[in-house]
Formats: sequence, C-alpha cells, structure tokens
Amino acid sequence: MKLLPKTGFVLVTALFALSVSAQDLTGTLKKIKDSGSITLGTRESSGALAYTLGDGKYVGFHTEMGEKIAADIKKALGMSQLAIKFQPVTSQNRIPLVQNGTVDLECGSTTNNLARQKDVAFAVTTYVEEVRILTKANSGIKGIADLNGKTVATTTGTTSVQTLRKNRRAQGMDFKEVFGKDHADSFLLLESGRADAFVMDGQILAGLASKAKNPADFKIVGEVLSVEPLACMLRKDDPAFLKVVDDSIKAMIKSGELAKMYDKWFMQPIPPANAKVGLPLSEATKQAWAHPNNKPMEEYTLP
Amino acid sequence: MSWDWQFFLQDTGGGETYFHWMMSAWGWTLALSGCALALALATGTVMGIARTTQVRAFVWIGNAWTELFRNIPLIVQLFLWYHVVPQLFPTLQEVPDFVAAVVGLGLFTSARISEQIKAGIQALPRGQRYAGLAVGLTLPQTYRYVLLPMALRIVIPPLTSESMNIIKNSSVAFAVSITELTFFAMQAQEETSRGIEIYLAVTFLYFISALAVNRVAAFIERRMRVPGMIGSAK
Repeated sequence: MKLLPKTGFVLVTALFALSVSAQDLTGTLKKIKDSGSITLGTRESSGALAYTLGDGKYVGFHTEMGEKIAADIKKALGMSQLAIKFQPVTSQNRIPLVQNGTVDLECGSTTNNLARQKDVAFAVTTYVEEVRILTKANSGIKGIADLNGKTVATTTGTTSVQTLRKNRRAQGMDFKEVFGKDHADSFLLLESGRADAFVMDGQILAGLASKAKNPADFKIVGEVLSVEPLACMLRKDDPAFLKVVDDSIKAMIKSGELAKMYDKWFMQPIPPANAKVGLPLSEATKQAWAHPNNKPMEEYTLP
Repeated sequence: MSWDWQFFLQDTGGGETYFHWMMSAWGWTLALSGCALALALATGTVMGIARTTQVRAFVWIGNAWTELFRNIPLIVQLFLWYHVVPQLFPTLQEVPDFVAAVVGLGLFTSARISEQIKAGIQALPRGQRYAGLAVGLTLPQTYRYVLLPMALRIVIPPLTSESMNIIKNSSVAFAVSITELTFFAMQAQEETSRGIEIYLAVTFLYFISALAVNRVAAFIERRMRVPGMIGSAK
C-alpha cells in the first residue's frame, strides 16, 4: 500500500500531461482535431488559381496547395485521418464564412489588403496578381493611354473596377465602362465588340483567352495597372493555426513543390478543355516566394 | 460584429464618396424604374385593351405579346436585348445600355399590366359595352367614355403592386452593366469589405422607394374615387 501514493502521483502527472497537450490546441487546430475534418473555402471560377470541374470537384493552383496544407496539418496534429471538405465561396460571402467558422481556410483568389486585415488573417502571399489589359490583337491598343474614348469592360464585384476608376482620374482620361456580371460575361463583351478592352487580373485574362475559339485573336497588352498579393485567408487571432499554415507553405516553397504546382496549372494543359494558360511565373511572385511575407496590397508598388 | 458606417464618407478613388456614389446609384434605379414603368403602362394598356376587343387580329396580337414577354425569365430577356438583338441587327449596336435595360424591363412588365388591364375590363358587366354601342358610340368611344374610366379605377391596386415590383425588378439590370443600387452594393462591398452595412443601406433605399410608390398610388386612388363605384367604399 506504500506504493499507492507514488502510483497516484504518476497517474496524476500522466493525466496532467495529457490534458496539457489537449489544452495546447486552441481555435481552429482544436476544431480540426475534434471534428476530424477541415473545411477549405474555394472558388468556382477564379482562372487557374481555383475552379470547379463540376460534380463537387475543385481544382487549381491554390486548391491543390490548400489540399497540401491540409495534409501538413494532419501530420502536425498526428492524426491518422483528416477529411477535407470543400465549400465554394464568392467574393461576397468569403469573409463572413471564414469569420463564422463555416470555412477554416480559404485558398482561392483573395487579395490581402488592409481593410480585410481588420476582419481576417492572411497566410504568406503565394501569388502576386497583376491587373492587365486584354484586347483584340488587331485593335491597335497598346496601353492604358490608348483607352481614351474607348469602351472598357470589367467585372462587377472586383477590385479592377476601382483600379480603372483610379487610373481614369489620375490620368484625366475619358472612357466608357461596361460591367459584366462575371468574367465570362465581360469576355463576351470584348469578343462581341461591345467593349474594346477588358481590364482584369492577368491570369484570368490569360485563362479566358486560352479557351477562346481562336486564342490568337486576343492579346494582353500594356503596363501593369495594379499589383495585388493573393493569399490564403483564415480566422483572425489564431496564431497557432496561422503558423502551421505558413510553415507548410514555406516548406513547399523551399522544396520547390510550389514551383512545380505553378508549372502544372499555369504552363501545362489543364482540364477541362486541356488548354494552356501559358503565364510564366512573374517577377513579383518570385519575389514573394523568395521572402515569404504577408504584406497587404497597400505596401506594394507598381513595377 | 462591429459596425462601421464611416466608410460612406471615404473617397472611392474617383473623386466622390461612397455615399455620393450610392445616391447616384439610387438615381439610376429610380430612372430605370420610372422609364420602364412608363413604357410598360403605355404598351401594357394598349395590349390589354386589344385583347378585349372583338377584332380577332388585335386579340391575337395582344395575346401573343403577353405570352411572349411573361413566359421568359426577366434576366434572360435583358440578356436578349443586350447581347443578342444587337448581334442580329448591327444598327442597334449604338443603342445605349440604359435604353436596352428600359426596353427589357418595360416589356417584361407590360405583359403583366396587359393581363391586369384585360382583367379590369372583363370585370365590368358585358351590358356596359353593349349600352355604349347602343347609344351610338363607336368602339373607341365606348372604351374611352364607358369602359376604361371604370376599368382603370378597378385595376389601380394591382397596378400599384406592379409599380412597386418594377423598382425591385430593376435590381436585375446590374447584369447588363447598369450602375444601379444592386451594382453599387456588389461593387462597394468588395472595395470596402463592409458588406453588411452596405446591404442594409441599399435595402433601406429600395424599401423607401417602393413605399413612396405605394403612397403615391394610394393618393391617386383616393383622388380618383367616384361615389357609388368599386373602390369607393371607404
């Protein structure tokens, strides 16, 4: 009976140790471990970054990266099983869905900016988007200066609308704007001649042009109008989860896995049409990978 | 959830505040609704009357018009006017977006108004028409002096609903590049990340617009009341 106190002590210590490791997990990591699942927010049509093939299948550069991050989370938490659920989001609902816990990690095409940093946190930037001008190859438009007196299309609910507005004011230009309800609609405006140019994220323009009846009819021209860092979005004030996500991305950059993924989605033929986007890794994205950071859009300057 | 209404005073980057922009978007909503309502009332009334005449060609045209415009979803009709018609008739490519939206929304609503006008005329006893013709009025005169003064009073309540509907339906026009309230909501919430506040403000503007229409129509209804007729029982 003399041993009892000691055994008791050991038991208590062991229990204490267990409870500590369970208490260590807070926020999203605890939720993932407890539920055995993670919900990734994704987009249905964000060019090669994130899109759907239908039937609940979601693919793309950021989607695949999100799956890899989920696999690393599973490893970090020592779980044997982790179910990945996809939740398609839109520009309107992505922030509320992350805030209210429906989505744990959103990897789509979300720009990291100061306004959003008040509501959510961002992982390190994984893609730097450049807003460009798409026009018909024979239009004679070579840059923003040539848009004077022309009709310019862009998509409702995107930051490109604001970019265009700022450019118009800064350069004292006069052009007519038309707004497509989605990217396909805006591209139709350009294709049917209702608009002379389409201003949008470069990779979206490249993707749309590559899927056109005759891709050679379209050309991306002129200067970069705006630079936007895109990153995965997660709940604010959850440093443990942010660290696991960031570590996973940094490891992918270091091992060259991210570069391989980029090549797969942007340089090789991709489903469903087996067309190539054909957009080489930009200097800005290379820089973001070389020095991983989560600087907001406001700290970027035009090249 | 923390509220932030300050952003309405921020600059949009184009030299005006978000509040100014919302007011101009509201203006587009009202202008579009007003023009579309005028078109809808004019064409809808003509078509509704045509359907109650005894001239088979008129009845056929009125019925065809009504069925065509009420059996196609509104957004599809807007796309037809905006994307398809200008491709078929290249001369129409110069037509401003606003006109295309007015035509789309107005003709869609005209089908509903045609149906209501027809119902109003048919609600009258058939003897009214015969009495008019019997005293020697022509058919147009019978409509002008006997049937329509009563029928139009009867249909003021459904026409009020339709006028309120057109304001709400005008929100679909964002899809054809009209920078009205719904467009403002979608765009400004993306720029400011204050979706909840923006949608609340826009909801309020839609609400007071429709309510104002309702009050104006109630006023007209009161002023038009004729003792001893339907609608005068208050």
